[in-house]
Amino acid sequence: MSVLRLFTGRAASAPVARERLQILLAHERSLRGQPDLLMQLREEILAVVSRHVVLDPDKVIVRMDRGKHVSTLEVDIELPTGADRAFASAG
Amino acid sequence: MAKVLVVTSGKGGVGKTTTTAAMGAALAQAGEKVVVVDFDVGLRNLDLVLGAERRVVFDLINVVHGVAKLPQALIRDKRLENLWLLPASQTKDKDALTEDGVGRVIHELRKSFDWVICDSPAGIERGAMLAMRYADEALIVTNPEVSSVRDSDRIIGMLDSKTVRAENGERVEKHILITRYDAGRAARGEMLSIDDVLEILATPLLGIVPESQDVLRASNVGCPVTLNSPASAPARAYHDAMRRLLGETVEMQIPSERKGLMNLLLGRRAA
Repeated sequence: MSVLRLFTGRAASAPVARERLQILLAHERSLRGQPDLLMQLREEILAVVSRHVVLDPDKVIVRMDRGKHVSTLEVDIELPTGADRAFASAG
Repeated sequence: MAKVLVVTSGKGGVGKTTTTAAMGAALAQAGEKVVVVDFDVGLRNLDLVLGAERRVVFDLINVVHGVAKLPQALIRDKRLENLWLLPASQTKDKDALTEDGVGRVIHELRKSFDWVICDSPAGIERGAMLAMRYADEALIVTNPEVSSVRDSDRIIGMLDSKTVRAENGERVEKHILITRYDAGRAARGEMLSIDDVLEILATPLLGIVPESQDVLRASNVGCPVTLNSPASAPARAYHDAMRRLLGETVEMQIPSERKGLMNLLLGRRAA
């Protein structure tokens, strides 16, 4: 192959492909089989808030951002009109 | 004992339908009674590759919904009396297939065939899930290229968790079929080698099908490559793979690597 490389003048790219795949798949396999964390969080948050307020499940958005230094969990719940009164009476 | 074999890949365009047609024909030629089932609802092509596109009356969805009986929907190949096709619907309704419905059809097919070969659609959505759901064995069609290998790995994970066999604590027997293998590019180090693919996927190899004009020519005329040009390199590769599937020991041929290398060297000198 090294003789061939003299002809072509290019380094083989297959070893790079192989290495990238090995790293990527090791990561993806470790995530596999775990329940979807965000879906689970969303379900549980929905269940807790629903105990007090009637919610539209589609208006609950849970988002996670993984950064190099800081990761954030963003929960956005849109309350229906009249929910504030429900809060007041419950409190 | 009937076997249900899913031909799957995750990635599109790697050769699932070509492989289904070629393996189905090869098994039928070997005397096995075979039905090939197209699960690609809305984008059926197995009928076209088998040259039966003008004979489709009823399809898998019709049978699942009870509109047609199974024998009405099955199309017998005109060249091989042991080969049958159950086409997919062109109706673009992905939800038309139900798990129970597919289960009933597969159960019924098991009674009259030796092999039920399910041609999976690309992706990991409902159609692909249902195609693999009842499989005993899986043929994972992989090109020696990063995106195909990654998708194959994902599909292997699904075969090990989402199939009926997996849920019952049994195993789906998995085989890798490498297709569109280009010996010249592999020799030049431009393409993942067979060993690389097998090491990464950690799944046994059933065969290596070279990239070839014969495959395109066969689908152009609507005839499985194993029938259309039986002496060609891809047809021989599929034939060997079929024998291995039946349990025979056949030496693995890495397609014309030497010839590819020679062509390359001669080509370079001539240029």
